[in-house]
This record gives sequence, C-alpha cells and structure tokens, in this order.
Amino acid sequence: MNTLLEVSGVSVSFDGFKAINNLSIQIAEPELRAVIGPNGAGKTTFMDIVTGKTKPDEGRVIWGEKSISLVGMNESQIAQQGIGRKFQKPTVFEAQTVRENIVLALKDLRGPLDVLFRGRANNQEDRVRAISDEIGLSDALDQVSGALSHGQKQWLEIGMLLAQDPRLLLVDEPAAGMTPSEREHTTQLLVRAAKTRAVVVVEHDMEFIRRLNCKVTVLHQGSMLAEGSLDHVTQNQDVIDVYLGR
Amino acid sequence: MQRTFIARNPSVLWFLLSLAVFTVAVTVLSEATGATVISTSFLKTLGKTLCLCLVAIAMDVVWGYCGILSLGHFAFFGIGGYAIGMWLMYERTRALVETSLASSVIPPTPGEITSAVGGQIFGVVGSSEFPMIWAFSHSLPLQLLAAVLVPGLLALVFGWLAFRSRVTGVYLSILTQAMTLALALYFFQNDTGLRGNNGLSGLQNIPGFQSTPQATLSLWFFWASAFALGAGYVLFAWVTSGKFGSVIRAVRDNEARVRFLGYHVESYKLFVFTLTAMVAGIAGVLYYPQAGIINPAEIAPIASIYLAVWVAIGGRGRLYGAVIGAAVVSLLSSWFTGGSAPDINLGFYEIKWTDWWLVLLGLGFVTVTLLLPKGIGGLFDLLPSKNKDQT
Repeated sequence: MNTLLEVSGVSVSFDGFKAINNLSIQIAEPELRAVIGPNGAGKTTFMDIVTGKTKPDEGRVIWGEKSISLVGMNESQIAQQGIGRKFQKPTVFEAQTVRENIVLALKDLRGPLDVLFRGRANNQEDRVRAISDEIGLSDALDQVSGALSHGQKQWLEIGMLLAQDPRLLLVDEPAAGMTPSEREHTTQLLVRAAKTRAVVVVEHDMEFIRRLNCKVTVLHQGSMLAEGSLDHVTQNQDVIDVYLGR
Repeated sequence: MQRTFIARNPSVLWFLLSLAVFTVAVTVLSEATGATVISTSFLKTLGKTLCLCLVAIAMDVVWGYCGILSLGHFAFFGIGGYAIGMWLMYERTRALVETSLASSVIPPTPGEITSAVGGQIFGVVGSSEFPMIWAFSHSLPLQLLAAVLVPGLLALVFGWLAFRSRVTGVYLSILTQAMTLALALYFFQNDTGLRGNNGLSGLQNIPGFQSTPQATLSLWFFWASAFALGAGYVLFAWVTSGKFGSVIRAVRDNEARVRFLGYHVESYKLFVFTLTAMVAGIAGVLYYPQAGIINPAEIAPIASIYLAVWVAIGGRGRLYGAVIGAAVVSLLSSWFTGGSAPDINLGFYEIKWTDWWLVLLGLGFVTVTLLLPKGIGGLFDLLPSKNKDQT
C-alpha cells in the first residue's frame, strides 16, 4: 500500500474560527477510510481543502508518487489529477438525462476545443453501459435525472464519480435519506470501488460505518482525535467524551 | 446513438425550411421583383429583423445555455456596425470628392483628396484630420476583419478578467452594463474620431453600386441577412448540441459541480462569450447598412437590456425561441412606434402608442414571465409529436 494522499499540519480558519487545526491524515491506495466526527468537526472542510475549494492557511497537501502539492491548484486541475468528490446533497444536473450526466463525468479530455471538435470517444457507449449497470440505472438512461428518486440521484452521482475513474474518491454522507435496501446497495458499491482505489467516506451513521468494515478516523474541533478500527475508536475515552458530551 | 446532426436536432431542419420559404416569399413580393406588396422600407425592416434574430440567438447561447446574463452584447453588435460604417462612409465620400475634383484644372494630389475627404467626414465635429482609428477605413477586408476581431478581442479581455475573478450572476450583468455604458460614452466623444453623437450616416449607399436602386440593394442585404441567420443557427445548434452543449448547460445549472468534474469552467465561459460576441459583430455589419445610420445611442445600455427581454419573451435555452422573441418584439416595436398603429381615443384620454408601447412591452414581459416561464417558444413543447420524441 502506497501513500496516495498526505495531509500534514494543515490549518484553516474562517474569521478567527479554526475549522481545521493542525490536521494530518494519510490515505493509501487502495484503501477504504471512514471519517466521522460531531457537527463542526471539520469533515467537510477537510474535503474542501483536498479538492481545492478552500485554501489552507498553513500545512501541506501532497499527492501521488511524484509528491505533487495540491495547494495552489484550482478545482478543475485537482479533479484532473484524479480526485473525485460526491457532495452531501445529491448534485446531479437535473435538467439533463442520466446518460448526459454520465458522459459529462467520463474520463476524457476536458478542454473546450477538445470537447467541441472531437466527437465521442470510441468506447463511450460501452463505458456508459457498464457504469449504469453498476449503479442500477440502465433502464433510466434517457430519463431526465431530475425525475429520479433521491436514492437514485445519490447512485447517479456515485456513478459519475466512477465514470471519472478517480484514484481518490471523497464521498460526503452517501447514505443520507436512503432506505435500508438502498443503503445496502450503496455499501456494496463503495466497498467494490475501494478494491482498486482510495475511497474516503464521511458519514454520521455508525451502522453504515460498521458495514463498511474499514479503518476509521475521528475528527473533533478540526483535529484528529483517534484512528483505527471502529471497535478501537469507539472504546477510546476521548471519543466517548466527545460523542456523549463532557 | 450514431445519429446525424440533423436527426438529433430536428428543429434545425424546420428552422432552415421556414427561413428559406420566408426569404423566397419576401423576394417574390418585394419591389425589386416588380411587386408592390412589400415596400423597400419594409424590406429593410425585415432584413434588419433577421440581423436582430441573429444577435438574439447569440444572446440565447450565452445566457439561455451558458447562464451568463450578459447585458452588453449589443455593444459588440454596434462595434461591428461602426467597423463597416467607417469603410462605407470613407469610400463613398472619396468617390464623391474625386468626382467633384476631377473637373478642376490641376489634377488633385492624393494629399489633397485625403484632406478633402477628411473635411467632408469630420467637418461636422470641426476637424478635417483623419484620426488613428480610421487607419484601415480604406480597406473593406480589413474593416470586415475588425468587425469580427474587435468584438472578439474585447469580449476575450473583458471575459478573461471577469470570469477569472469568478464574478457571476447579477454582478457580472452589472459589469457588462458598465462596459456598454463606457463604450457608448467613449463613442460619444468627438475626440474618439467617430463623429461623436452624429455617428456615421449615409450607410445605405454602397460604394461601387451608386446606380443600383435601393430596392435591389435592400434585397441583397435581406438575402445576406437571411443567409447569416441560417448559418449562425446551424453553428450555434452544433455548438449547443452534443457534449459541449451538455457542459455549458451544466455550467449554467451548477458551476461548482462542473469544476469538481475537472472542467475548467472559465475557459468554457470565455469561449462562449467570445464566440457570441463575434457573431454579434457580424450581425451588426449586416444591420447598419440597412439602417443607414449608426450613432452611440445604438450601443447605450438599454439596447442590450432589450436583447435580454427578447430572448426571455421568446424562450431561453432554445434557439428558435430567441428568433421568435426577437422577431415578434422588434417588429411589434417598429409597428407601434412607427406611427402605423392607430391611436385610441378614449374621450378623456388618447392612448398614443408611441408613448404606451413601452408600457405594453413591460406588461407583455411580466405576463410571459408569469404565465409562460419557458417563453413563446415553450408553446412548441405542447405539440403532441414533441412529447413523443422526449419519452
């Protein structure tokens, strides 16, 4: 297992409030990692920093074998490095069909002129098929994605992430608002994806985390509180204090 | 999915067919072919309307598809008009001056001719010197190039600065308004060398075609405008269909999400902004020889706002909607404000349409926005055959 992403000593504050305080996390490839923590622990800010939405005040974010620094790159450059992100609210392009959404995400050249002049990629249809089979939306390819159910939108977004074929997948609360059977499907999707790449899941739901059966990082007030298996961290006195109140 | 471009965009075929039928019908009924149904002045109005439709589809691409509410695209249109106007005015004045000096005993030197031409053109602003800005006015190809490249370059620089700073939404609209206003004020100045508020006039006289009647010239320009609209429609239909169209619609709906997919959103916006500005310039080149005059009031901020109103009324996000909006509103506007609409005397008050047209337009805008959010073009969705296609 090689280290794919190394966040070290990162701090960021908004108007004096330290959202992230000297945070260090390492993610290997392949790996499935869950990040948990109470509200305001800095889970989403952590993702914002990695994906370039927020610039850290200090610290380093190092990526890949060549140890490239992600600090200072913009969102699209970071995405092209192979980092995909799924948001808390399902954000698919609702006015467009499921197929269009997947094609938008497919790994391909991203420049405006490339997109305008180079028709379609040769095996595009096969890739769209494969991904829609994976997320169970093959019959809905030509449906406008705004008409999908909440759970289906979540899957479509995960499918778009898979289409990007990223090396690191950041997933924010994938199971929110899902029925138990939908959760089951989502768990399988994530576990399967993590066989070949790094997947970081932010989630509140302990039951969901337990089913992922992976290493857990607990954040609190912008710093790492504990790390290890779920059983290990839930027995940690600090974690119990934070979750049950002091 | 290997369907042809036309098969994927049936509206293109329908549009081109309607445009061709319209063009032939107008040609047959026009004065140039001996009929009297369509007067030359009305033919010019129709030709100008086609140019306005062209700039409207450009506006629709930038706003309806890409989500950039530019309130400055009429400035690009005006720049195109000024660029062609400078050549028209220079060439025509030179021909007139040369004819009048040809009878003098001593043949005039080139310097004398230039100075006489300058006196004719700039006498109205108390000068006879050619300003730098007229350096290429003797050359039609160079001025035509300028009509496309100057709007393109202006859009490129403006867009680069604005998009790079991630100025979006209403703030961007205000910036584009400021750009138009600044440009209009710049053109108003006598020092700019574009005859200040007099603008450029006599543009309906085409150098080299003095003996051709206006009826014929107008028909040529009508054809050119129809061709340009058809070509522009196909170009924009091609740009907005396929994956590129999908990307810019995604930018319109959720810019941040598109960034996380790895697309450099600013490049896409800049591409669309610049391309549409260049097309607006071309539309201006064809419009102003039919209008005969251009002055800085043409590029005042309000003109660009009207452009947005046309597109909103016609229906954003569909090219034929923009054409319908621009055609309907601008033709109605010239009917109501041209004095052809009969005034209504209520006894205690007389409704003069020249005054009340703007009220009518405002009410129409509100009505369409409330009752037909997809615009007039949205009515096509109600056709049964359309629905069958979609499901």
